Parts: sequence; structure tokens; C-alpha cells
Amino acid sequence: MKYESQKVALAYFIVALALFAVQVTVGLVAGYVYVAPNFLSELLPFNILRMLHTNSLIVWLLLGFFGAAYYLVPEESETEIHSVKLAYIQLLILVVGALGAVVGYVFRIHEGREFLEQPLWVKLGIVVGALIFLFNVSMTVLKGRKTAITNVLLLGLWGIAIFFLFSLYNPSNLSVDKMYWWYVVHLWVEGVWELVMASILAFLMLKMTGVDREVIEKWLYAIVALSLFTGILGTGHHYYWIGTPSYWQWIGSIFSSLEVLPFFAMVLFTFNMVWKRRREHPNNAALLWALGCAVLAFFGAGVWGFMHTLHGVNYYTHGTQVTAAHGHLAFFGAYVSLNLAVMTYAMPYLLGRQPYNQVLNMLSFWVMSSAMAFMTFTLTFAGVVQTHLQRVLGQLDFMQVQEQMTLFYVLRLGSGLVVVIGALMYLWSIFGPAKPELITREGAAPAE
Amino acid sequence: MFDALTKSAARNIFYGGSLAFLLIFVSLTAQSHMYVVNNSTAKAPITDGVVLGKHVWEKNACINCHTILGEGAYYAPELGNVFVRYGGDKDPAGAREAIKTWMKAQPTRIEGRRQMPQFNLSDKELDGLVDFFAWVSKIDTQNWPPNVKG
Repeated sequence: MKYESQKVALAYFIVALALFAVQVTVGLVAGYVYVAPNFLSELLPFNILRMLHTNSLIVWLLLGFFGAAYYLVPEESETEIHSVKLAYIQLLILVVGALGAVVGYVFRIHEGREFLEQPLWVKLGIVVGALIFLFNVSMTVLKGRKTAITNVLLLGLWGIAIFFLFSLYNPSNLSVDKMYWWYVVHLWVEGVWELVMASILAFLMLKMTGVDREVIEKWLYAIVALSLFTGILGTGHHYYWIGTPSYWQWIGSIFSSLEVLPFFAMVLFTFNMVWKRRREHPNNAALLWALGCAVLAFFGAGVWGFMHTLHGVNYYTHGTQVTAAHGHLAFFGAYVSLNLAVMTYAMPYLLGRQPYNQVLNMLSFWVMSSAMAFMTFTLTFAGVVQTHLQRVLGQLDFMQVQEQMTLFYVLRLGSGLVVVIGALMYLWSIFGPAKPELITREGAAPAE
Repeated sequence: MFDALTKSAARNIFYGGSLAFLLIFVSLTAQSHMYVVNNSTAKAPITDGVVLGKHVWEKNACINCHTILGEGAYYAPELGNVFVRYGGDKDPAGAREAIKTWMKAQPTRIEGRRQMPQFNLSDKELDGLVDFFAWVSKIDTQNWPPNVKG
């Protein structure tokens, strides 16, 4: 850690990981409810569980992004953060908002559009927190060195704030509502979040492989160009069946099929940089997470997204467990892994320790990733059965079809349990007592 | 080929291209907005009941179990066409009563069956909810879902 103010990231990462624990635990409970539907049905019905699961995910990922930005911007800009105090005030606002939302949900205080259930005061708190953040980081970047990594990261973070403003618009016409709802949801995860993802991966590659900045930043621009060229019009794959014109079936099918490209480019990028590396960085676990992030994002967001994005296919699979399968692996691969990668990289510096408990950390990668992959397979099979029975044959009612899928839900619950175990292993490797490394690599020298 | 591309060229392509795609997207959504308002959702007016119903729908976070036009959670049935599934296209009054009765009868507490909570809605709220479902069922969704089962 070169700059004192980078320490801010530590507080963000700790809160983010605490919410990560909440997210997977509630996910496990919800997975259990699928198998034993009477469990908690009156105390905490499924809709509340799901809100807790999805909202805690989104908030912890965002807190992770903010923390990553506060960590990498000083190093990139070669200057201290504009105001450390503002960074902590921002965190406080976001934590109060997040806790307020979580406690409120339990007591049935919420708005009701999917993922945007936060009460208005929490939404406004998020906007204020985001504005403080953008001011703080922009001021830091403006007074220091400008790099492609900070440019793209800032653009992504500004985009997150700007598109979030559409969450305040809730027209009474459901179709219009849905159209702009996707301005937040799609243009976040398949748009500006990819800018954040690519820039953080670029930062990690820069630090861990020692490849020339010129090369890495050219890759970065190429990747984010692919992201936005495909992702913006790719929004059309959500405009097939909500009352919007039929030309979206063409635009959405073509552009969202191409959304595989930026993720494939990220795989090529990360593996190429590692092959061409000029130094051996001691943090093997962070490298594993970074490479794993690119690969799992390619499968989860790219391949599993493509699987049901053509409108002729989507006509039958829309809103089935196929979507759930894609959602789970895409979020885990792209954004969970990204956050865990940058945390694995930064934590040893933030805590003033050598890379530690790496073997346990790497084991947690394999445990979580294989369990998530297994979960994705079970949900995909469930989705295929559902699509066939409910949409193609159309003889059985929704609930009768669901009964045919019980086996897959049991298997999904098992994989969910393993994910929670993997998450606990990760947390232990980060926060548990540091042990001497079990393995070291020849010639590994601490990098800057 | 990639070597021939310079970093500044890549940067310019990124900024220029992204802006162009964003402008195309915003123009198309503006056109779609008009199409939705004037065509696909114009079959039935948005009455006070529909507005109330959408509010009831949101206030109780129905979307975190159900889907509507395929979006939401996948735990409970699709409701975009629930009005038609209850025969509302032929007998609106009958469908209205049936949906209201169903809502009032929850939860079933049957062991091993997914449970819908009792939301204790007033008669006016229930009517609004049905108005909302009836209105949604008339949206031109390019014939989605494939069949009445949702």
C-alpha cells in the first residue's frame, strides 16, 4: 500500500463481505423453502427472502466496487484520495440505508418493483452516497495522473449513478414502467458494470503480470468498446414481450448474441497477460480469482445468456428456471468473482501482511465455483423440463409442472450448502489467523 | 491486426461508438414509448382501479414470487395472463369473483405446497388488483406467453 488513504477500502470490503455472508445465507434458506415450502411461510414468506437475497447481493457488490475504486484510484492517480472523511461519511450513509432496507423488508416496509424495492428514503440515500463518491473520486483523478484505467472506471461509476436515477420514475403504465426499469437493470449489469469489471481486471493484470501499461490499456478500450457496442442495443432482448414494438426481436437477438464477445475478450486478455507476464507476483490466489472471473463470466453471462437470448428460443424459455440458471452464474462469475479477486489482491496490503492462507483461499475458489456451476446445471435442467411441460406442451398448470422439478431443487439446495461452505472458507482465509504459506513459487518477489 | 490498432485509436472508437449506440438506443426507446402508449397498451384505459391495482401489486412485493410478462421471481405462476386463465375474456365478472375468492382463501397451509401469504386486502384493493390484471391481459405482447398456462 503506497498511499495512506487507500486504507478506506478496508472498511468498504469488510462491510461488503458481511453482506456477502447475509446474501448466501438467505439464499440457502430460500433454496430450502423450494424443497420444504411450509418453512417460514408466515414469518418470512418467500418474497421477503428473495428481496433480502437479491438486494444484499447488489449492495455488497456496489460496496466492493466503491472499495476497489478507493484502493486503486490513488495508485493510478499517484495521489491521496481527495477526502478520506467524505469516503467514510459515504460509507456510513450507505450502511444506514442498507440496514434500514434490510430491517424494513423484514417488517414489510418496501416498494415493489423487482430489485428496486428500497423505500424512497433509501433510494435518495443511495443517490447522495453515490454523488459524494463521484465527487470524491473525480476530484482525486483530476488532481493526479489520468490513466485509461481510471477513465473507464469513472465512466462506469458515473453511468451507475446516472442510470440509477431511472429507479425514481414509476409510471402507471406497466409496459412503460418495464421499459425504463431495464434502463437501470440491464444498462447496469450488461453495460456500465462491465466497464467497472474490465477496468478492475486491467488494474489487477497491470499489477500482477507487469505487462506494459500501453498494451493493457489498449486491451481495456477494446473490451469496453465491445461491451457497450453490444450491450446498449442488447437491451432489446428484454423488449420482446412487454408491449414494445416487434423490431426489438431483431435488434435484441442480434446485439445480445454479440454480448458474448466482450466476455470472450476478457478471457483472451487475462490469459494472454498472464502468459506474457514479466514478474511472478506472490499472490497466486488473487490471480486465480481474476482468471476464474473472466472464465466464469464468459460461461455465465456469455454462453448461458446466449442460450436463451434469441427471440425464437426466448419465446419459450422467458421467465423460467433457465433465466434463474443464467442469473446465478452470470452474477457469480462476473461480479462476485471480480470482487473476491480484488479483495484477495488488496487485503494483504490493507492488513499489512504477506499473502496469507492462499491455499485455503484457492480451495474456496474451487469449492464455490464448482458448486455454482453445479447449481447452474441443476437449474438449467429444471428450466428445460419446465419449458417443455409448461410452454411447449402446455397441458399442466404451473404448480403441477413445478412438482416435476423437485429433484433438481433438492440438488440445487445441496449445491447452495456447498457455496455457503466455500464462502465461509473464503472469509476465514481473509480474516482468520495468518499462517505461513504452504506453497511458495520459485522466484516470487513482492511486486509494487 | 490488433497490433496495428493504437491505444488512442481504440479509445476514440470506444467513446465515439458508445455515444453513437447510446443515441440510437435512446431514439428507439422514445419511438417505442410512443408505440406502447398509443398502440400496444391502448386497448383499455388506465382507470383509477388499474392505478390502485398496480400500487397494491407493488406494495405487497408480489413480483418477488410471481412473474408478470415473464419478469419477476419464478416461484409462483405468471400473472400477466391470469385474468384470461380465469376465463375473464369471456366472463369478466366470474373471473373477478374467482380471483378475489382465491386471494381471500390464502394461505392454504397444505403441507408440502408453496404458500401464498394472506395480504388482508380491502374489497376496493382486491377490485383494483383485478382491474390491473384485466388491463395487463390486454397488452399486445407479441402473443407471449405461448399458451394460457403462462
